[in-house]
Amino acid sequence: MPFIPHTTNDIATMLQAIGVDSIEQLFDEIPGKLRCERLVGIPDAISEHEVGRLMSSQAEKDRVALNFLGAGAYEHHIPAAVWELTTRGEFYSAYTPYQAEASQGTLQLIYEYQTMMASLTGMEVSNASLYDGASALAEAVLMAVRVNRKSKSGRVLIPCSVHPHYAAVVKAITVSQGIELIEIPFKPTSGRTDLDALRAYAETDITAVIIPQPNVFGVLEPVDELADWANEKDALGIAVVNPTSLGLLKSPGNWGREGVAIVCGEGQSLGVPLSSGGPYFGFMTCRQEHVRQLPGRLVGKTVDIEGTPGFTLTLQAREQHIRRSRATSNICTNQGLMVTAATIYMSLIGPKGLRRVASVCAANTKNLAAAASTIDGVELKFSASQFHEVVLQLPVSAATVIEGLKRHGISAGVAVSRWFPDLSNCLLVCVTETKSDDDIEVFVNALREEIAVAEKEQ
Amino acid sequence: MSEIPAELRYTKEHEWVREHDDGTLVLGVTDHAQVSLGDLVFVELPENDTAVEAGNACAVVESVKAASDVYLPLSGTIVEKNDALEDAPELVNSDPYGDGWLLRFKPDTPAQLEELLGCDDYERFIAELND
Amino acid sequence: MTEPLIFEASRPGRSASAQFPRRDGIHAIPDKYLRGDPPLLPEVSELDVVRHFTRLSQLNFSIDTEFYPLGSCTMKYNPRGCNSLAMLPGFTQRHPLAPPSFSQGVMTCLFELQEMLKALTGMAAFSLTPMAGAQGELAGVAMIRAYHVDKGDLSRTEIIVPDAAHGTNPATATMCGCTVKELPTGTDGDVDLDRLRELVGPQTAGIMLTNPSTLGVFERKISEIQELIHSAGGLLYYDGANLNAILGKVLPAEMGFDVMHINLHKTFSTPHGGGGPGSGVVGVGEKLAPFLPVPVIGSTADSYHWLNESDLPKTIGRLSAFMGNVGVLLRAYVYMRLLGPEGMERVADFAVLNANYVMKQLQKAGFDLAFPERRASHEFIVTLKRQAQSDNVKAMDVAKALLDRGIHAPTTYFPLLVPECLLIEPTETESKQTLDRFVTVMTEILAGIREDAREIKEAPVTTPVRRIDEVRAARHLDVRYQQTGSGAIAQTEDD
Repeated sequence: MPFIPHTTNDIATMLQAIGVDSIEQLFDEIPGKLRCERLVGIPDAISEHEVGRLMSSQAEKDRVALNFLGAGAYEHHIPAAVWELTTRGEFYSAYTPYQAEASQGTLQLIYEYQTMMASLTGMEVSNASLYDGASALAEAVLMAVRVNRKSKSGRVLIPCSVHPHYAAVVKAITVSQGIELIEIPFKPTSGRTDLDALRAYAETDITAVIIPQPNVFGVLEPVDELADWANEKDALGIAVVNPTSLGLLKSPGNWGREGVAIVCGEGQSLGVPLSSGGPYFGFMTCRQEHVRQLPGRLVGKTVDIEGTPGFTLTLQAREQHIRRSRATSNICTNQGLMVTAATIYMSLIGPKGLRRVASVCAANTKNLAAAASTIDGVELKFSASQFHEVVLQLPVSAATVIEGLKRHGISAGVAVSRWFPDLSNCLLVCVTETKSDDDIEVFVNALREEIAVAEKEQ
Repeated sequence: MSEIPAELRYTKEHEWVREHDDGTLVLGVTDHAQVSLGDLVFVELPENDTAVEAGNACAVVESVKAASDVYLPLSGTIVEKNDALEDAPELVNSDPYGDGWLLRFKPDTPAQLEELLGCDDYERFIAELND
Repeated sequence: MTEPLIFEASRPGRSASAQFPRRDGIHAIPDKYLRGDPPLLPEVSELDVVRHFTRLSQLNFSIDTEFYPLGSCTMKYNPRGCNSLAMLPGFTQRHPLAPPSFSQGVMTCLFELQEMLKALTGMAAFSLTPMAGAQGELAGVAMIRAYHVDKGDLSRTEIIVPDAAHGTNPATATMCGCTVKELPTGTDGDVDLDRLRELVGPQTAGIMLTNPSTLGVFERKISEIQELIHSAGGLLYYDGANLNAILGKVLPAEMGFDVMHINLHKTFSTPHGGGGPGSGVVGVGEKLAPFLPVPVIGSTADSYHWLNESDLPKTIGRLSAFMGNVGVLLRAYVYMRLLGPEGMERVADFAVLNANYVMKQLQKAGFDLAFPERRASHEFIVTLKRQAQSDNVKAMDVAKALLDRGIHAPTTYFPLLVPECLLIEPTETESKQTLDRFVTVMTEILAGIREDAREIKEAPVTTPVRRIDEVRAARHLDVRYQQTGSGAIAQTEDD
């Protein structure tokens, strides 16, 4: 019996101690008519060896030689030590650290994580993580509305250049909270949020402004201007950022004259593999004055009864298990294992490494963009500066090119029209530090070839 | 045994009320409340001039294990909050009827004070809870 | 024993340089976007990191090292094979936006998982995207609301929640714009049916229930409850947190539930990871299928693909940036393949056997049970109310005393209804020897209370830290390390 250690002897002894004749008797409080028949539709048990062969063959089906997909999930080198340490049983099979004395490892790790994220984002406090970047943005919007005492309109400006999946999640989670999401367009030439469009709201009561950096196109937004505009209007600035980029780019705490109020985003690029979209983790940081309204868990440093330094979950009274219907959020789990990986990753990479990773990503993307533009009919869609993604305007359908490049073992990118129907024949490509100059050359040659094929068939 | 000063009025939500010289009323939480909450870590108080309906929450007292709403027993307007609690929420534990007061408010209908529990009624109420 | 913070090992200029590119990239990003000061990340060697985090891990209790009878959390063994197979490179390297033609391997696994979940629950359809139990609840309540609104029933805004329910239940209802109506529980552990009759009406959107309930007993009147709710026009939500007790014995759909979530990190043994990741997949009957959160897996004769907003126009929307916690789903899939149908039925058999055995033994040893007349489900409650009154020993003290004896404490102070309670869930993967040792230790603690309660009240003494001052943590909030001065670490000659 897999994972069940009981011998026949054990079972007999236990039943006798309880005073019943069979295990079945222990279910006698369940009305008979509710009992189900034998389970149907579940394949018979197989051994670990057999399921290993099965999983290996499934995993092989999806293998791709070179990945150039980004759009919210990024391939980076993950040092071997990260997952060897993270999957240690003491981290892997530990529970939420509610019994502080039994969980100092996890608690101290989270404290270190909180320190790193606060500093990376230029803010004062960080929580212990949320489910992913998109739900973190939704929670940030809810928090901004709770926290902003000067504006009660519940109006939140959301640029159209925010990742469309993030916008969809914000909508789904905030729908019954009296929040009005107002879209701000981007300029079709630069790919940046249109600052002129903000003029229409000069006299409107706005509660929060979402500011992505970079945006979904990889384009760098005018964050100083956007942060200043929000602050002048007593709206709370919510930055949604890529944490790897913060090794190189200015942190949101330093945008404009006063920075922003809340920073959130997807932490996956810090040591978490692509894994078909999850598990990832969302991060959220904010100013000290708002710490009580921060959703999710928080670890604090304190002492024990002998004065030895130690760590514990704190401010739990805000959370669901105590405050119940008045909680800051219904969130219970954080993403403990992913935070463990990210903290170990950030410790290994260090400030110099993170800056270097970011700079090589940016340089590689610039190089691919330049090389691709030499192909007839291929142009850069947007004129603004990019971080590590670029939109290429192709002379043919992006979806066709994506299928074509698969034959070369290349996962080419995203066909942007799936999200922005007006941006047809546009391919969003991401180049991280995992790609060599040779890889870029392979990509560009394959792209040239497949464009030619597609053009012939037109 | 819970301390229950004779001259105050009480509610079933474990608040006490005292008349101030100028007709305003002072509100706090009782000894029973602070014992069951445990050591307070934070008190959230309303701003002055906030109008609150009877029975609505006007403040939150937060300990490590609980965050409880404090209700205004009579409709009224807040005129003063105890700023000392910002740095020293433990005053509610050490001196719930004195320095641990929460706020002072101007009642819309002062006569409603008579409808609150007297100290004997409150004592009986707590005794029943403990059974 | 405490471990210094990683920042304290930091020395300017030190790095793990094998792990990042050898040279800076020459990018074209204008200065105004660039950061000035570097972030506070440690400057340490790779060995420093490995030592530090290895030693941190050794400060933890875990299932892999200790018996962990944490009620309502289902701390069963996390099979290692589930981890290594879910982390095969083909799975970890797959990008979420890779088109279905590049993804049939993982989608086959996910589809089969979905079909097995339907068989285990009787539900007609599933969405695998909610990333935790609480998100599954959010999806469930949002779907209930969407269903009523779709029928024009706008006044149905009340959700009934038992007073013993997990805090996420009322918190979720509020997040969905509903008002919570609390339903009291009777002394025998079942909900108060009379009170339910009073609460139910045309304003009822639905009820959220766990069965067995959080009190560790089966809700015997579930048929009457579902009859009451359905005839009033409401729907029933099943919180799947306690599914371990009835897996293969009862199908939630047949208890009358219209929607449910499953905590894969409980029943299907995916890792707790120090607080996550979880997965709160959500299953529905036909009525609610149009409202499922996207994306949902669809199938044609020869392949799988994702269904999104255009395929499910009434969807409550997207809850996750991508497809939810796929890595967790794959671990659950492997687990279910290793168990098969007989293995699943055995889960409930032995979870319930273990719980009833420990309950009986503790009762014989002199502990008070919250519901002595009832069968344990997969968990049960011991109350220390008597010891609290006579010896001033609380549940928290017993919990800490267990830590000293190398056993993780059971859940304390939940459910809130039972004073000084310990909610004990052994799970089916623990042997009789482990259970007997637990009973012996608990008996020693009880004897210890009678002899000299002081020792228990001073516990723990053998853990890396003694009892933690939580009040101080909240009053003097210190949630990040601050460097003092300019780079506080003293320079040494080695730098």
